[in-house]
Amino acid sequence: MYQFPLLTLLIWLPIVGGIAVLASGDRSASTSKWTALGFAVLTFVSSLWLWFGFDPGTAEMQFAERVAWIPTFDVYYALGVDGISMPLIILTAFITIFVVIAGWEVISYKPSQYMAAFLIMEGVMIGVFSALDAVLFYVFWEAMLIPMFIIIGVWGGPNRVYATIKFFIYTFFGSVFMLVALIYLYFQAGSFSILDFHALELGMTAQTLIFIAFLLAFAVKVPMFPVHTWLPDAHVEAPTGGSVILAAIMLKIGGYGFLRFSMPIAPDASAALAWLIIAMSLIAVVYIGFVALAQRDMKKLIAYSSIAHMGFVTLGFFIVFAIVQNSTAGAGAVMGVEGGLVQMISHGFISGALFLCVGVLYDRVHSREIADYGGVVNTMPWFGAFFVYFAMANSGLPGTSGFVGEFMVILATFRANFWWALLAATTLILAAAYTLWMIKRVVFGPVANDKVAALKDLDRRETFNLSALAAVVLALGLWPAPLLEVMHTSVEHLVTQVTTCKLPAEEVGACVLSRPEPLAAVAQP
Amino acid sequence: MHFDAANLLPILPEIAVLLTAAIVLVVDLYIDERHREVIHGLTLIGLVVAIALTGVVGGGATELVFAGNVVRDPLADLLKGAILVVSLLVFIYARPWLRDRGMLVGEFYMLGLFSILGMLVMVAANSFVTVYLGLELLALSLYALVAFDRDSSRGAEAAMKYFVLGALGSGMLLYGISMVYGATGSVEFGAVAEALATQGMENKVLVFGLVFMVIGIGFKFGAVPFHMWLPDVYEGAPTPVVLLLGSAPKIAAFGLAIRLLVDGLGSLQADWQGMLLILAVLSIGLGNVVAIAQRNIKRMLAYSTISHVGFIFLGLLAGTEQGYAAAMFYTITYAVMATGAFGILIILSRKGFDAERIEDLKGLNERDSWYAAMMALVMFSMAGVPPLVGFMGKLLVLEAVVRIGFVWLAVVAVIFSIIGAFYYLRVVRYIYFDKPEEDAPALASSGGVRVAMSLNGLALLALGVFPATLLALCQSVFGA
Repeated sequence: MYQFPLLTLLIWLPIVGGIAVLASGDRSASTSKWTALGFAVLTFVSSLWLWFGFDPGTAEMQFAERVAWIPTFDVYYALGVDGISMPLIILTAFITIFVVIAGWEVISYKPSQYMAAFLIMEGVMIGVFSALDAVLFYVFWEAMLIPMFIIIGVWGGPNRVYATIKFFIYTFFGSVFMLVALIYLYFQAGSFSILDFHALELGMTAQTLIFIAFLLAFAVKVPMFPVHTWLPDAHVEAPTGGSVILAAIMLKIGGYGFLRFSMPIAPDASAALAWLIIAMSLIAVVYIGFVALAQRDMKKLIAYSSIAHMGFVTLGFFIVFAIVQNSTAGAGAVMGVEGGLVQMISHGFISGALFLCVGVLYDRVHSREIADYGGVVNTMPWFGAFFVYFAMANSGLPGTSGFVGEFMVILATFRANFWWALLAATTLILAAAYTLWMIKRVVFGPVANDKVAALKDLDRRETFNLSALAAVVLALGLWPAPLLEVMHTSVEHLVTQVTTCKLPAEEVGACVLSRPEPLAAVAQP
Repeated sequence: MHFDAANLLPILPEIAVLLTAAIVLVVDLYIDERHREVIHGLTLIGLVVAIALTGVVGGGATELVFAGNVVRDPLADLLKGAILVVSLLVFIYARPWLRDRGMLVGEFYMLGLFSILGMLVMVAANSFVTVYLGLELLALSLYALVAFDRDSSRGAEAAMKYFVLGALGSGMLLYGISMVYGATGSVEFGAVAEALATQGMENKVLVFGLVFMVIGIGFKFGAVPFHMWLPDVYEGAPTPVVLLLGSAPKIAAFGLAIRLLVDGLGSLQADWQGMLLILAVLSIGLGNVVAIAQRNIKRMLAYSTISHVGFIFLGLLAGTEQGYAAAMFYTITYAVMATGAFGILIILSRKGFDAERIEDLKGLNERDSWYAAMMALVMFSMAGVPPLVGFMGKLLVLEAVVRIGFVWLAVVAVIFSIIGAFYYLRVVRYIYFDKPEEDAPALASSGGVRVAMSLNGLALLALGVFPATLLALCQSVFGA
C-alpha cells in the first residue's frame, strides 16, 4: 500500500527551506525572512495532518516508513510516530513559527544564516522525534547540536563563546556513551531498530550499564540536577529564539529519550534505579526552585524554573516504578507518565512564551536584569497582561495548561509515597513565589527609570506571537482531553512494557516487576 | 627472469604516474618562466589518466604479477583510486600558494608525483621487498619536499628531523622484515603466510620481527610513542607539502599495515592485536589532549592526526573483516578531511603570509561564508558529529571494537573524542564568533580552488548522509 511519506516531508521540508534561505544570502533580508516564515508555516500546516490522520486507538507506530540506509550495517531510514512523539512534533513545528517571527526585526547580523539555522534545526528535531532506528536517532540527536552551537555563538550575548562551548561539550559528553550502548544493543538484538531493542531480553548488569549510559545522555539534555549547569549559561547567552527552542523543545528531547529508550529498553534497571531519578527530580523541584528565587537575571530565573519543571516531568515518568511496587493501581502509573507528557507539552508553550516576553523587554532596554525594570505595566499594559498571564501559567494556575500536568504528576506521586508528593507539591508554592516575585519587581510598582518610561507597547508581530501562545495555553488548560486521548493508548502500552520484567530466565529471581503477566489490563497490540 | 608484457597491464596506473613525472621533468627543462603553469596542467592530466586507468584495469579477480611481487586486488584498486583522487585535490589547492611564492617549479611536481608513485607501489605490494621499495620512494620524496622552501630554516630543521626519524623507522621495519625472512625463508606474503601456518608461533624470532615491523608501521603512521616527528614536520614544512604528506600517505600507510600485518602476518593477529591496542589508546589519548594546548593550527592538526591514527588502529586491531573495512573507511574519509583542512589554510594564506595560528581563521564567516561553512564541515566531521562522515567512521570503528567484546575500549575512545571535540569547536568558534582582523584582505580564489573545496567539503556531508556505497566497497574488499 502506498502511503504518503509525511514524516519525511516534515523532516526535509524545513531543512530544504533552510538551505534555500541560506542560498538566498543577505542581499535581501526580507526575502530570506519571508521564505523562512513560509517554510515554517508550511511545515506546521503539514504537521497538522499528523494530528488529524492519527489513530489514537492503537499503540503501534503510525505513518511508518522504512528504507534501507546502510544495508551492510543493518541501518534503516525508519520513521514512525505514536501518541508520545506525535504531539511533540507538532509542538516543534508550532514553536518554530514564533521563533522566526521573533527574530524578524531584531536580527540584523546575517539574518539569512539565523533563519536557516532555525529551520534546519526544526527538521532535525522532528527527525529525533520520529526516528525508529537507533543510528538515525543518534544522527539527528547529535546533528541538532551544530545549528544550536552556531546560534548561541553567533547571535548570543557577551559571554556566548563560553556558554555555547559548554553547551556543546556537555551534551556531547552525555550522548557518546549512549552511542556505545546503542552499538552494544545492536549486537544483542541483531538490528538497530528501536522496537527490537524494546523486545530484547537483557540481564541485570547489562541493563544497569545501558541505563546509566542513557541516563548520562538524557539527564544532561533534560537537564536534571546535578548536570544542569549548562542550561542557565546557554539560556542567558542565547538569542531569544535560541532560548525559546532550547526550553520549548530541546529539553523535551531528553524527556522523550527516557520514554523511548531508558524505560522500555532497561525496565528492570529503571525500576532498580528509580529512587535515584526520583531523588534527582525532587531535588530539582525543591532546590532549583529556591535557586530560581535568588536570581537577578530574568532569563536565568526562567532557565532555573525550566529545570524545576522538567524535574516534574522525570518525576512523573519514574514514579511509575514506585507505584508498581506499592500497589496494583495501574491507572496511577499511566497518570504519572501522561502527566509528565502533558507537562512537557505545556512547558513547551509556557517557557517559550516567557522567553519571548523577556525577549520583548530585552529588545527595547537591552538588559535582562530584574533590577533595571519596574512598573513596566504603566508603559506597556498589553505586554504586562501577557507577562502576568504566562507567569501565572508557569506557577501552575488552574485553568492554564501548567496546572494539568503538575496536578496529574502530584496525584500519581501520592499513590507512591505521601512525603514525595508533599515535596513535589511545594513547587506550587515555590514556582508561584519566584515567578510572581519577578513579575512584581518587573511589571508592577512605579515606573523605575527613564528607560522604562520610554517603553513602547507590543507591536503587531509580538502581539500575534504572545496571543497565539496564550490561546493554546488556555485551551490546553481548560480542555486537555484531546491531548490525553491521543497519547493514552501509547502510554498504556508503554506502562505495560516498562512494568514487565525483561530479565532472562536464569535471573527471574531478581524480578521486581511482574512477569510475564502485564500489569495494566491492556492487550498487547 | 622471463619478462611477460602482460605483467604491465595491472600496473598501468603506476606507469601513468611515472610517465607524468618523467614528462614533467623534461618539459620543465625547456619551458620558460611564464609558462610554468603548463606543468601543473600536465600533472593534473596525468593524475586523471591514472585514475581512469585504475578504473579500467581494476575489478575482477586478484592478479599476481612480477613473480608474485606485485598484486592487483580490490584492496589495491580502491586504495589507489583514493590516493590519486586525494592527490589531485592536493595539487589543485597547492597551485596558488606555489605561484605566489615563485615556487611553482618542476621539482615540486616531480617529487610529488614520485611520492604518489611510491604510495601506489606500497598498496600494490605483495612482498616485503616491494613494500619497502614503495615506502622508501615515498619517504625520500617527502624528505626533499619538506625542505622544499630552501630559505626557510624551519623547513630545513623539519626535514632533518623527518629524515632522521623516518630513516630510523624504515630501519626498524627493514630489520623486522629481515627477521621474518629469516624465520620463514620467504619475502612474498603468500609464502610467508603459508610458512607461518605450517610452522606455528613457536619461533621467537618471528615475534621479534613482528615487534619491529609494528614499530615501523607506527613510525609511518605517526602513532604514539613514535609520533615525535609529526608535529614538528607539520609545523615546519610549507603548507602545500603538509597537505601532501598529511593526506594521501595515510591511505598508503593503511595499505602498508594491511599488507604486512594481515596479508603477511595474519596468523600472528593475536600477537599484534595487543601491540596495536597500546598504540591506539596512547595515540587517541595523547593526540586529543595535547592538541588542546596548541596555538599553531598546523601543530593542532598534527596532534589531531595522531588521534585519528589511533581510531584507525582500533579498526585494525579488531582483526575482523568488519574492522578492516571500518579502518579503511575511516582512513579514506580522514584523508578527505585532512585535505580540506589544509586546503583552507592554503586559501587563507597569501604572498608573504601563511595562515598558521588558529587566530588566523578569525571571522572567516564574514570574509567568505562559503569557505567558512566548508571549514566548519571539516571540523565537525573531524570531531565526529553527525551527519558528517567523521561520525560514520567512528561509528563503524566502534562497532568493530564492540563486536570483539572490547566495550571498555570503545568507552575510552569516546571519552577522548569528547576532549577532542573541544579543540575542533575552538576552530569553529574563531570562524563564526569572532570578527576578522582589521587588515584581513578578501580571499582571492581562482575558480578551480573554489570548486575543488566545495566538492571536498560537500563530500564530507554526502558521505556522511549516504555512507552505504563507500562502506559496501570497503567491505567487499575484505569479503565481509
